[in-house]
Amino acid sequence: MKELNAWAAIALITLASTTGDVLLSYSMKRVGDVGELWRRRGPCAVIGRVLGTPTFALGLTAMGVAFYSLLFGLSWGNLSLVVPASASLTFVANAVAAHVFLHEKVGRRRWIAALLVAAGVVLMAV
Amino acid sequence: MTFRKYLVLAGITLFSTTGDSLLARGMKELGNVSLHNLSGLLLSILNPWITAGIILLLAFFACYMSALSWADLTYVLPATSLGYVLVALVAHFGFHEEISATRWLGIALITAGVGSVAAGPSVTAGHQSGRDTSLSVSRNAISQELKS
Repeated sequence: MKELNAWAAIALITLASTTGDVLLSYSMKRVGDVGELWRRRGPCAVIGRVLGTPTFALGLTAMGVAFYSLLFGLSWGNLSLVVPASASLTFVANAVAAHVFLHEKVGRRRWIAALLVAAGVVLMAV
Repeated sequence: MTFRKYLVLAGITLFSTTGDSLLARGMKELGNVSLHNLSGLLLSILNPWITAGIILLLAFFACYMSALSWADLTYVLPATSLGYVLVALVAHFGFHEEISATRWLGIALITAGVGSVAAGPSVTAGHQSGRDTSLSVSRNAISQELKS
C-alpha cells in the first residue's frame, strides 16, 4: 500500500511538474528577457509583467500541486525512490511536452540528452 | 550566452539541490503525513528545515524563471540535474564517502547529457531562433565579460 502511494505520488509529481514547466516556460517567453527588462525598466516592471501574464498563475498552481505531491511522496516512500523516479520521468515528459506544446526544436542532441540525464538520475539512486 | 547567464544556470543547480536536501531533512523529522492529517501537511512549513528549504527553493525559482525568459525549457532543465552530480562529488571529495561504480556511471551519463545540451543553441523556438546560436559566440561572450 505504501509502495502504491509512493508511485501514485511519483505519477502526480511528473504530470504536475511537466504541466507547470511548460506553462511557466510559455509565460516567460511571452515576458521576454527579464535581465534586459530589469536594466531598462527596473525590478517593478519585471514583477508586474510576470504577474500580469495569466498563464504564469496557472503554471504556479501546477508547480504547487507538484510541490505538495513531493512532500506526500517523501513522507511515504524513500527519498532515494521518489526524487530520482519523478525527476527522471519529468526530464523525458518535458522533452516531449516542449516539442509538442512549445514547438522547441528538440532535435537529436536534446533527445539524447534527456534520455542520458534520465538514465543517469536513475543510476545515481541505485 | 553571457557569463551572467551561466551564473543564473549555476544558481538553479545550487539552490535546487540545497533546497531539496533541506526539505527532505525536514520531512524526515516530521515523519509520515497522511491524507487524514492534511493540517499536518499545511503546518509542515513551520518546521525550520522546511522554512529554510522553501526560501532556497524561492531563490531557485527566481533563477529558473529568469533562465526560462531567455532559453528553451529543454536547454534549462538539464542544468538542474547537475545538482545530483554536485552532491555526489561533494560527498566523495569533501566527506570521503564511497561512490559505487553504478553511481559513477550515473554521474558520467548526466554530465554527458548536460554537455550535449550546453554545446547546442540555447533558444530554438519560433521567432527567437537565431539568437546565441553557436558555442563560439557564447565563448567569445564569456571571455569578453571576464575581461571587462
